[in-house]
Amino acid sequence: MKKTNIIQAKNLTKKFGDFTAVNAITFEVKQGEIFGFLGANGAGKTTAMKMLIGISTPTSGEAEVAGLDVYKNPEGIKKSIGYMSQKFALYDDLTVKENITFFGGIYGLSRQQIKEKSTLLINELGLQKVAGELVGSLPLGWKQKLAFSVALLHDPKIIFLDEPTGGVDPITRRQFWEMIYKTAYEGTTVFVTTHYMDEAEYCNRVSIMVDGKIEALDTPKKLKEQFNVASMNDVFLKLARG
Amino acid sequence: MRIIRYIIQKEFKQIFRNKGMLPIIFVLPLIQLVILSSAATFEVKNIKFSYIDHDKTSFSRALIDRFDASTYFNIITDFPSSRRANTAMLKGEVDVILEIPHYFERDLLKDKKTNLSVTINAIDGAAAGVENVYINQIVQRFNQNAQVGLLQPSDMKNVPKSIISIPSFWYNKTLNYKTFMVPGILVLLVTMITLFLSGMNIVREKEIGTLEQMNVTPIKKHQFIIGKLFPFWVLGMVLLTVGLIISKVLFQVPMVGSALLMYGYTAIYILVILGMGLFISNFTDTQQQAMFIAWFFVVIFILMSGLFTPIESMPEWAQALTEFNPIKFYVEVMRMVMLKGAGFTDILPQFTKTLVYAIIMNGLAVWSYKKTN
Repeated sequence: MKKTNIIQAKNLTKKFGDFTAVNAITFEVKQGEIFGFLGANGAGKTTAMKMLIGISTPTSGEAEVAGLDVYKNPEGIKKSIGYMSQKFALYDDLTVKENITFFGGIYGLSRQQIKEKSTLLINELGLQKVAGELVGSLPLGWKQKLAFSVALLHDPKIIFLDEPTGGVDPITRRQFWEMIYKTAYEGTTVFVTTHYMDEAEYCNRVSIMVDGKIEALDTPKKLKEQFNVASMNDVFLKLARG
Repeated sequence: MRIIRYIIQKEFKQIFRNKGMLPIIFVLPLIQLVILSSAATFEVKNIKFSYIDHDKTSFSRALIDRFDASTYFNIITDFPSSRRANTAMLKGEVDVILEIPHYFERDLLKDKKTNLSVTINAIDGAAAGVENVYINQIVQRFNQNAQVGLLQPSDMKNVPKSIISIPSFWYNKTLNYKTFMVPGILVLLVTMITLFLSGMNIVREKEIGTLEQMNVTPIKKHQFIIGKLFPFWVLGMVLLTVGLIISKVLFQVPMVGSALLMYGYTAIYILVILGMGLFISNFTDTQQQAMFIAWFFVVIFILMSGLFTPIESMPEWAQALTEFNPIKFYVEVMRMVMLKGAGFTDILPQFTKTLVYAIIMNGLAVWSYKKTN
């Protein structure tokens, strides 16, 4: 991997009272890579991600996302990123089309662009038959794929995915990762958290957080060598157990 | 502007798609208007009247007939003794006991003077006071007529001329209670619906997680808030319109003043309420919390608005508090404009206070809504 750093964090810290959720993490993400952000529940992944997407102000440390400072310009960052949370975050009481129109609209896409993107997206996901149906009535896997596509509507430089495949069946998970690959291939940086270690293998580089700190950061291959184990699962277990 | 339009569009779609909410928004308030306006009356009517007639003469019967003729009194029973009457009062079967003494007619004819005993159930002190006034009026009129009947023609020139006051009731000539209540109830409806809906709305997005999604978009705070509140503002105005039509058609409440002025004032008033709803939703995490806080304020505001109890009779500290009550202003304006035909200069004090309130509330709402924590 060549290219410039699109995310840069240095000693990034978030405290809630006495509790340090994220403890001085330092890392960078390169443009166009798929960056896996791993860690046990409560390790601080989501908190760290929230600082990067500009909805949580860090307690200390520095971070730049898409060349913008997280303290000074969180709203600027929001224009350059897409975000899909572990909670399904489209409107259940709007139809597929209405959701696309709404999110396209608030990202400032023109009517023409929205129209084109809707058609394209619906065709790509094979949702033609259900385009006029309420999103709430779709199966979870479809919803997640739709949410992912909607998060990409405004062609962000980076897309943040917070456990995007939680509770999704293996086939859909496979398709989802194909979408991630395609997105990265087209130049969008993918920042993804997951609990599935097989998914970690698909990432270009992986960081593993334990108790608010990044304990390991490298390509899956090098991590396995470093810890002298056969799979990412074992790397994770070794680290998480301490 | 375009972004705000997208949000407004989305909100309206969600409102009209929510099959459970629609009747709550439109039907319930109107039922409330019809029921409350007819039922919530302080007129003391249908007083359960009873009497003990020890005299049983044409005079005593004439007096009782007068009570019978009054529309305020329902004659319930004629008790033989005060003990029986008291038992009935205790059971709540009667409100008033009139006891006519022995020799009522004889004393009146002979001495031109006699006493009546009146017992009133005064658990509701206000009602008892009103009943007392009614009874006194009837007895006095009876008295005058009796005097005239008793006087000899030769005495006529010595009759003291009594002063009679002739009341004229302004703004509500027939003293129709509904005319007084309907504008007030209308205020309630507009307030409650807009406060609850706006208060619940953003908390709901918090609960289902879409608010976080909104917060990672580059949408600006004012865009989000205007887009969120505008639909409820429209709903409030629609409710006012429907309410006004009902009060005209069903209750014949006049619209003496300018409807335009009323809408102008309401437009700003609803902003106060929406700002309040938004402010509440920014400080709560669940719809349940928001609901309770909204109720807390609504109950206080309503009971201290002068809608049901006159503000003039509240203790001074409470009167001072009502100066912070937007519902009070609205009730005043509504009654002034609808019944008195007040113009803009008449409601200027309320108008100014409401405007300041709107600016402060919405300022607080925008300030407390944080996209970044």
